[in-house]
Amino acid sequence: MTMKRISIDPITRLEGHGKIDIFLTPDGDVAETYLQIPELRGFERFCVGRVAEDMPNLTSRICGVCPEAHHMAASKALDALFHVDPPPTAKKLREMFYSIFYTTDHTTHFYALGGPDFIMGPDAPPEERNILGVIKKVGMEIAGRVLKMRRDGHNMIEMIGGRKVHPNWGLPGGVSRGINEEQRKEIERLGREAIDFGKFSIQLFNDIVLGNPDYVRLITSEAYTSRTYNMGTVDANNRVNFYDGMIRVVGPDGREHAKYDPKDYRDYIAEHVESWSYLKFPFLKRIGWKGFVDGVDSGIYKATPLSRLNAADGMATPLAQREYERMYEALGGKPINHTLATHWARLIELLYAAERWVELATDPEITGSEYRVLPTATPDEGVGSVEAPRGTLTHHYCTDERGILTRVNLIVGTTNNYAPINLSIKEAARSLIRKGTTVTEGLLNRIEMAFRAYDPCFGCATHYLPGKMPLTVVLRAPNGEVLQTIRREPPRWEAKSDS
Amino acid sequence: MQREIYEPKIVGFFCNWCSYRAADGAGTARIKHSPNVRVIRLMCSGRVDPVFVLKALSLGADGVLIAGCHPGECHYIEQNYKTMRRFAMLKHTLRAFGISERRVRLVWASAAEASQLTEAINELVEDIRTLGPLRWPTNWAEDDGHLPAVDRVLLEHQSAMEVGR
Amino acid sequence: MSDKGRLAIYWAASCGGCEISILALNEKILDVANAFDIVLCPCIMDTKTRDVEKWPDRHVDVCLFNGGIRTSEQEYMARLLRQKCKVLVAFGSCAHEGCIPGLANLTCRQEIFETVYFETASTDNARHVIPLPETRSNGFHLALPVFYDTVRTLGQTVAVDYYLPGCPPEAPRIWDAVVAILEGKLPAPGSVIGAETTCCDECPRTRNEKKIKAFNRTWQIIPRTDTCLLEQGLLCCGPATRAGCGARCPEVNSPCIGCYGPNVGVEDFGARMITALASVIDSNDPDEIDRIIREGIPDPVGAFYRFSLAHSLLRRRALVPDAERLELPRPKIAAQA
Repeated sequence: MTMKRISIDPITRLEGHGKIDIFLTPDGDVAETYLQIPELRGFERFCVGRVAEDMPNLTSRICGVCPEAHHMAASKALDALFHVDPPPTAKKLREMFYSIFYTTDHTTHFYALGGPDFIMGPDAPPEERNILGVIKKVGMEIAGRVLKMRRDGHNMIEMIGGRKVHPNWGLPGGVSRGINEEQRKEIERLGREAIDFGKFSIQLFNDIVLGNPDYVRLITSEAYTSRTYNMGTVDANNRVNFYDGMIRVVGPDGREHAKYDPKDYRDYIAEHVESWSYLKFPFLKRIGWKGFVDGVDSGIYKATPLSRLNAADGMATPLAQREYERMYEALGGKPINHTLATHWARLIELLYAAERWVELATDPEITGSEYRVLPTATPDEGVGSVEAPRGTLTHHYCTDERGILTRVNLIVGTTNNYAPINLSIKEAARSLIRKGTTVTEGLLNRIEMAFRAYDPCFGCATHYLPGKMPLTVVLRAPNGEVLQTIRREPPRWEAKSDS
Repeated sequence: MQREIYEPKIVGFFCNWCSYRAADGAGTARIKHSPNVRVIRLMCSGRVDPVFVLKALSLGADGVLIAGCHPGECHYIEQNYKTMRRFAMLKHTLRAFGISERRVRLVWASAAEASQLTEAINELVEDIRTLGPLRWPTNWAEDDGHLPAVDRVLLEHQSAMEVGR
Repeated sequence: MSDKGRLAIYWAASCGGCEISILALNEKILDVANAFDIVLCPCIMDTKTRDVEKWPDRHVDVCLFNGGIRTSEQEYMARLLRQKCKVLVAFGSCAHEGCIPGLANLTCRQEIFETVYFETASTDNARHVIPLPETRSNGFHLALPVFYDTVRTLGQTVAVDYYLPGCPPEAPRIWDAVVAILEGKLPAPGSVIGAETTCCDECPRTRNEKKIKAFNRTWQIIPRTDTCLLEQGLLCCGPATRAGCGARCPEVNSPCIGCYGPNVGVEDFGARMITALASVIDSNDPDEIDRIIREGIPDPVGAFYRFSLAHSLLRRRALVPDAERLELPRPKIAAQA
């Protein structure tokens, strides 16, 4: 009895590679679904032997859509590694830069990646379901604003950090260059325009999405709802902060599960392995891995804009706070478990990022000349964590006394979401494909919409650190047959500069 | 059954003024030396770009010998100091590639030091004979090694259900 | 029937930065869309691989292919797109020379899997599972691409018509290349579309004679803003790197890391860096030279082959280390002095 298999290959309108296999019973119901990640690059292994200060540049190549996130997490990890505290101007510059990046990146996702499903419609012809179709449909007046927002954001990133993609700016103890008053004025001016753009985008979302009863039904439907834990970084007042703070995890019932310093992440997160994917599945250690199920007893958690808003008590800036309250009022209070509402949460974050951009651009210390201090301590170990647009991002480095990396561990944004994404796809597929359903391309796109809300970044899919393992590992199939034997030899490839 | 004796292939970069003359001298004096070094004559050891060494190894050489004038005796005054520095930096880099240091050598030899040069050559040859051939291009599979896996990708695609608009 | 050309954009072992750099064309993206039907770009469009497989050969006019080749699926797509397009451009550093993921050529599949699936502090893998090319789960058969030991460039996998360097290529250079394609003003096939000078030529810092007594790690000094960074002992890759970026990194006080790849005439980026840096070491004493090198450049491969390892002459670390080679029989007649 052969199982019919539908393959969505590759998944599209995201960063990275993946394919979805949907297995049907002979009756035509969905038996099982799998989102396989077919890529791996091995950063955590090949970064061993490198000089630690290269990490902001090396790890930004994990993802060219969110290189700034890795650049920031790496810079903070270097601060911790070298036991150096950047001066206030440096931290504010970093956070301002990061806020500019967030505004730009969330714009890219809404208008180019996830948004076309709503603006063009989930069943629109595939040739039109993209940014070019959006531009044609909304017209140049609106499209021009989107292009301008991305251009302004990128230009500011380049002006401050060196390049639009893969800036070269972060160091232990600060950043390589500050800004002058002329640059600050320009940053502030464009920041105020970004706030307008944030308000405009939320208004667009109101009109096109929330104003359409079909879309509201879609958002609140069970097919796109899953009740998992929520993770995000919060400041001292439990407000969302992208650059720094404590990591907070809140259950699908709204109760706080944990609040911890990022350097203690290993006490709270573990990673599960399956043989059908190169990517691993993080889960909450204290609850445990229970498979691809949701609920308070499953260790699966989400780390997305929506989960950040769920895990916090509010937004730290006024306009975003108003929108935050409006969203929770509209969707029945906290927490919201409707995955597609992530698009809404993302736009609220866009507005917050723009407000924060201006807040920092008008801070008196932002043009200060102390944008760097030199470390003096011997490096050993450090953890740096930020909120990447796609989830909590943690970099953990160990080095020898010269600052040469001996161990690297990265828990990356989207990886946090790999299990819930699988769950969301299964639920959408089970709901949309039943006995007698004609499977069309548009229907498969609706299944893809289940992952697009997460704004996945599967290029961010490589991270681990060496340690101890048994000398010989023999892999056996269920029938006992040996599949593979792995022998571990003592480390012999440490990059030593002297023999 | 007699196993074939392994003869190392070594590329030598010898400078015209000192070491090439020394090698010449060894020939004239009929000093026996291993014939394994293919000598390339340059005007100065300072002409040796690290690219030459890497190219020789990558194309199948088992070792490389650079021979120049003693420091202070360079025909072009100071260039062999540059050789020394380049060689130090190159060795430092080659370690990380897993190539034994013993395979790449720099020796100084004046025109009159035919026997010393010969000794250095013989020593290098025996040492590399012990190490064995490098055969650098065998470190990656040629295309055909992967093709069955590549073919399976298409089969996997074709076995899925066709879906229309 | 459209009279526009057909453009495909594809990504292999890459990061998505090349796609973002294309989007950084901003309004000019509309000019591109006017000249071409973009028929493939998984980042922003919904064309699937089955659609590509059904195209006739040479259906696409230009394919911008970014990313290195390190799995069987990526090799498959490289071969497929080579078949389906007329002009194949290796777009960006990964396709051109392997880029930073090419540093994985200092290790191998077994070591990467050991680290990734067993050795990390946060991995919970009591069942000793690893990803397999063929596996069964809940009774279903699933396939994954094979993960190779060695990263290869696009040019090492299929015939490439042009290379556009950079990590990523800067938007103005992308636009120049698009215009060159549309106007038919391309260099000889197999060429790099780019400048023929080094990053140093674009850098505004003053250059004096270089005499280096010590190489500095970037966190050890705060460099002067007006003078050459290499002169200040920082490992700036400008001398070997092709121009095209506008020397943006030195602009923000960071040394060039070499992302635009080797300049014309530079066969091995690392070799050029070795010779350039060695020339300016201010010492003739072998011990002092060794010390300067050891202390200042603790990671030579990372410093000299950061982007170009897969495309260098040696390409990768030895798979079998020298120490493990078997002793072979010695000749019967020993050489005589």
